[in-house]
Amino acid sequence: MLEKALEGNNRYWAWIFFLLGVITIGGLFYVHQFHYGLGSTGMSRDVSWGIYIAQFTFMVGVAAGGVMLALPLYIHDYKVFGKIAILGEFMAIAAVAMCLMFITVDLGQPMRIMNVLLHPTPHSMLFWDMIVLNGYLFLNVVCGWGILHSVYKEVPPPKWAKPLVILSVPWAFSIHTVTAFLYCGLPGRHFWLTAILAPRFLASAFAAGPALLIIIALIMKHMGCFDPGKEAIQKLTTIIIYAAITNLFFVGLEFFTAYYSNVPEHMATLNYLFWGVDGHNSLVYLMRFGMFIGIAGIIMLLFQKFRQSDGWLGFCLALIFASLWIDKGVGFVLAGFVPNPFDRITEYYPTLSEISIALGVWAAGALILTLLYKIALKVEFKED
Amino acid sequence: MDVKRRKFLKIAGLSAVAGLAAPSAFNLLLNKGEALATEGRSGAKSEAHGEKSGETSRQYGMVIDLERLQRSPGLAEKCIHACNTEHNIPQYNNPKDEIKWIWLDDYRHSFPEHSQYKKNTALAKLPVVLLCNHCAHPPCVRACPTKATFKNSDGVVMMDYHRCIGCRFCMAACPYGARSFNWRRPREKDANGKYKFFPDGVNPEFPMRMRGVVEKCNFCAKRTLAGRLPACVEACGDSKALVFGDINDPKSEISQVLKAKYTIQRKPAAGTEPSVFYII
Ligand code: SF4
Ligand code: SF4
Ligand code: SF4
Repeated sequence: MLEKALEGNNRYWAWIFFLLGVITIGGLFYVHQFHYGLGSTGMSRDVSWGIYIAQFTFMVGVAAGGVMLALPLYIHDYKVFGKIAILGEFMAIAAVAMCLMFITVDLGQPMRIMNVLLHPTPHSMLFWDMIVLNGYLFLNVVCGWGILHSVYKEVPPPKWAKPLVILSVPWAFSIHTVTAFLYCGLPGRHFWLTAILAPRFLASAFAAGPALLIIIALIMKHMGCFDPGKEAIQKLTTIIIYAAITNLFFVGLEFFTAYYSNVPEHMATLNYLFWGVDGHNSLVYLMRFGMFIGIAGIIMLLFQKFRQSDGWLGFCLALIFASLWIDKGVGFVLAGFVPNPFDRITEYYPTLSEISIALGVWAAGALILTLLYKIALKVEFKED
Repeated sequence: MDVKRRKFLKIAGLSAVAGLAAPSAFNLLLNKGEALATEGRSGAKSEAHGEKSGETSRQYGMVIDLERLQRSPGLAEKCIHACNTEHNIPQYNNPKDEIKWIWLDDYRHSFPEHSQYKKNTALAKLPVVLLCNHCAHPPCVRACPTKATFKNSDGVVMMDYHRCIGCRFCMAACPYGARSFNWRRPREKDANGKYKFFPDGVNPEFPMRMRGVVEKCNFCAKRTLAGRLPACVEACGDSKALVFGDINDPKSEISQVLKAKYTIQRKPAAGTEPSVFYII
């Protein structure tokens, strides 16, 4: 079945080599970071996590988002998603692989990563995160591959697949819940210390994951290699709108609690993010822009005109996806460290090296996704 | 007894046994192979990783008398210098790479949660010495996925530099900004083969760290084990600006001071129960 990944036209190979190029650049920067230390990034004593962990957090959401296909299909037997469910599973594989890569490049001593398993520490949320993420990867690899293989061999799906795909549904919720626990269990980081964090993470995940999936599906459709079917796309869009609105609602709740209560610690980070504090405003315009395009994307999708045209639909979903990325893949993690425990503000700017490594990981994820989708399309639909 | 009921009892009994046995089996798993050499503890029986200290066990702590510190100018700097040389703290002279175990700040930023409204001017000028609080319930220890940071039987929160993976979860967890990360190699040498970041030389008694690990004040665990006072406390001489001892021992000097004086802790609302107290 693997050999299917090696059949493709020039456009396919150009894309593959482009990705390999980006990965190589990231890899070279990583070699430097590995030898010099994480000082090659923009992180500091005050902002001790940067875009690596922010991307990690966001990608956990993308991985969990695939469940919005699996849940209707496997629990409610909603057959319309039958054709694209495998795409959701494979997207989850690529996303979790990216999560693991982002964690690894963020470690000061990556060669010791096995210490997490050698010295299991149940009171640490990072230990649990490692377990649920690897478990989710395993579930998706086994289910996705198993189901596809049975299609390839033209036999019915194996019996063990059904309980595993059903298990993967609550498991998807668990990966993002535990990831939220990394943040919301820390005293002294008031922006993160909120019980609504896990549901907020899940809501944004259920919008971001499927949005990316539709965008990719639309691109594939446009290139003539695959049509997921109109009904599936429309249904998924409805799910995305609900999830995105829920996420906005949760964000609104955070604003209300902070500003109505008027508790300084609760307002501090939101002030910094959206208004700037004492001239420190590196994220203000980005955050406002993100908020604006998110709302714009949702409103546009309420009109059938935009929903029914592939071009507009892709555009609106891209707006929503970008908005969620700015919110979670940039602002959420970085701003959690502002102000620092001494009520001072240290701003963080990623370095070229850091950005290149992050792009390298994104490219590696895209490569995994491309190869998996190639195989899936060839096998399942005998299409290119 | 009908079959259903017997079956139920059997299951209930089994799960009770499992419930009793599981935690201890788990503990066994957790403590397996923990006899690791950590700074200042080599040779000693493993009593360290993951162990909780209760009220009855030792809890080292410190009382810092800010007025006494202010009365002798330069004393605070002397304490800091003592720690820096004792523990080979690299001097990078830039805030991005900065490593510090003990340092100075003003009242306003040391106690940001206190009202700063209409405070007298003397307070604004008060030099506050800051260091790890060796919390009774340390969130850094809770967060660490490898037990590289742990509370020892003296109540001191320690670091195992050889186990730390450099994930910096503990830095996000500490509400006091007490932890530093080695963003680069502290042992770097210049063209003449001299250490770049140790202008005052290196103390061979204490290990230099490697890049990629977290470090912080260890309450001079190695010195206290040998019956000596922490370097910063010793540097204060007889001024009594810094008092160190077991806060769980009612007869200790520090307990007497705590009983006699009004002291405050940093961020009590974080629930960490700091073991460092300040007399304002
Ligand atoms: S002050 Fe910070 S580093 Fe020290 S024990 Fe408390 S939480 Fe841990
Ligand atoms: S950086 Fe080291 S000490 Fe801190 S949480 Fe990670 S492994 Fe533990
Ligand atoms: S107790 Fe020891 S390690 Fe801690 S600040 Fe004082 S000298 Fe440094």
